[in-house]
Amino acid sequence: MSILTRKKTSKIAESNAGRKLFGSRGATITVWIIAVLWTIPTLGLFATSFRPKPEISATGWWQVFLHPHLTLANYSAIFSTGNVSGLPNGVLPYFINSFVITIPAVIFPITIATMAAYCLAWVKFRGSDAIFYGIFAMQIVPIQVTLVPLLLLFGNRVSSGIHIGSIHVFPGLHIAGKFLGIWVPHTMFALPLAIYLLHNFIAALPRDLMEAARVDGASHFTIFRRIVLPLSIPAIAAFAIFQFLWVWNDLLVALTFTGGTEGISPLNAQLAGLAGDWGSHWELLTSSAFVTIVVPLIVFFSLQRFFVRGLLAGSVK
Amino acid sequence: MSTFWSDNLPKLGQMGAAIIIFFAVLAAIFFIASRVNGKKSRPLAILIFLGPAVLLLVFGLLGPAIRTFVLSFKGSASHTWVGFQNYKWLFTDESMRIVLRNTVFWILFTPIVTTGLGLLLAILLDRMRRESIAKSLIFMPMAVSFVGASIVWQFVYKYANPGQPQVGLLSTITKHLGFEPSNWLLTQPLNTFLLMVIFVWSQTGFAMVILSAAIKAVPTDIMEASALDGASGRKLFRWVTFPMVKSTFIVVLATMVVATLKLFDIVRASTGGNFGTSVLSNEMYSEVFIRYDAGRGSAMAIVLFLLVIPVLVYNVYNLRRERSIS
Repeated sequence: MSILTRKKTSKIAESNAGRKLFGSRGATITVWIIAVLWTIPTLGLFATSFRPKPEISATGWWQVFLHPHLTLANYSAIFSTGNVSGLPNGVLPYFINSFVITIPAVIFPITIATMAAYCLAWVKFRGSDAIFYGIFAMQIVPIQVTLVPLLLLFGNRVSSGIHIGSIHVFPGLHIAGKFLGIWVPHTMFALPLAIYLLHNFIAALPRDLMEAARVDGASHFTIFRRIVLPLSIPAIAAFAIFQFLWVWNDLLVALTFTGGTEGISPLNAQLAGLAGDWGSHWELLTSSAFVTIVVPLIVFFSLQRFFVRGLLAGSVK
Repeated sequence: MSTFWSDNLPKLGQMGAAIIIFFAVLAAIFFIASRVNGKKSRPLAILIFLGPAVLLLVFGLLGPAIRTFVLSFKGSASHTWVGFQNYKWLFTDESMRIVLRNTVFWILFTPIVTTGLGLLLAILLDRMRRESIAKSLIFMPMAVSFVGASIVWQFVYKYANPGQPQVGLLSTITKHLGFEPSNWLLTQPLNTFLLMVIFVWSQTGFAMVILSAAIKAVPTDIMEASALDGASGRKLFRWVTFPMVKSTFIVVLATMVVATLKLFDIVRASTGGNFGTSVLSNEMYSEVFIRYDAGRGSAMAIVLFLLVIPVLVYNVYNLRRERSIS
């Protein structure tokens, strides 16, 4: 929070000569050159997705600015519900899958993480610090480490579940190939970062407020619902955006836990496969890619302010 | 059209039902637990608030990590114990040498280039009067998935045989400069570096935004005092600004190291790990899910984990220090 107030004071002093490292004009020009360079690749994809098929392989996409000849045919092709070059119903079912996977995979971990963060910040008990450090450390565990055992746990076969030696200690959960089988791992993998970021925010809430509520006889559940939840909305929103981008753009979890079940596969995972299969169908690939990109872009640009602020809660002191 | 909706509406229904059930269960637990008074209320609250998270983490991360460690000492079908065989194979096999080499390249170059470029941009942004649009444009690739990014960059790296029109940006530029373009993504070891460019493109904005905020948080009076003392330009940055944002710089660098190690999507979607571009995390996936060797795959995952441990130790050390100060 202090960053925000400091930011304002530094804005006032921006003309201050002490900040001069490069000339202001030189800085502006350099940043804009990089910004343009950074945008060109995406622009190429965007332009290509509106070009007719024969032209895509005949001339470079930048020709579009010299000889504008645009079409929406590529988009109507991928959104048609008939067979689209190997996809029986076009890309729309996968687009829907992406939403069906992402929305719960954002809501579940945030709810569970906010609860845990409140407990670790305000209901201290012996060992709560150790648990906090343990959770913080788990941010680093590569997801790859967990894939094989989790798949066994989620499996549908008799041999699924957890074994110690030859003893069957836990049955298979029978959720492989279902949406639940993707929501659960996403929730698990999101928790360490979510708890850490939300803990930073919730621990900074005013102590007086919490104590006053306790004195008035409010239970932890009441405090959580009436005080913590409403006050934590900025941090919750920030993490929600982060998690949305992460789940929507994820490939590894999707490939692993859909286990080839077409009916629940998200668009991003399909796209990774199509990049090979549709090698000659650039018009379909680019328009599908753009459809995948546009959703996180909308989320990101409309909520950008929250996103940056929420990340700062964790990384800048 | 009707079959389309009969196929897809139930999915949305499932989603809605899952969310409603989740909150209904939670509300019921809260309602019952808040009735409990006296000595039991505190432990009960701890159990309810922290229990789900701890349970999910133990089953989802801790347990599997231990299990993978055990599996890495077993054979391909996890029936027999093979000792350090998988690790020995990993570090001696001819095909693995390229994978390890690439992984080292990735760790050495991408975090430092990404964070360094991010810092440079943050400094430049600090000098600008109006920054928002340029900043957003540079940050934008962060919202694009690595799969999307790989497709985006195919339009840069695309190559056509001589005689056919070049439609890739890089090939066209090379041709205009008077050189013969090559098949970029097949040329080793150049292709690994070309894939790194995609990562840098995607993550620089993130580094920039975080570092930019850190620079803005440097108290203005310190800057003014140093300026009055005669420090300026490079000197001011070297001795005043950089020391004050150093800890943020290292946090971003560490984040990039971890992101680089976990990196899977770019390699998978661009080349599938062929043409000598594979890295540990991609090879691990192929080993387990394509060649069905859980032993070797687990060993790779463990090596990946060991590589991250220094970052982990550093982060926990830092966190403890920060917490003891505040």
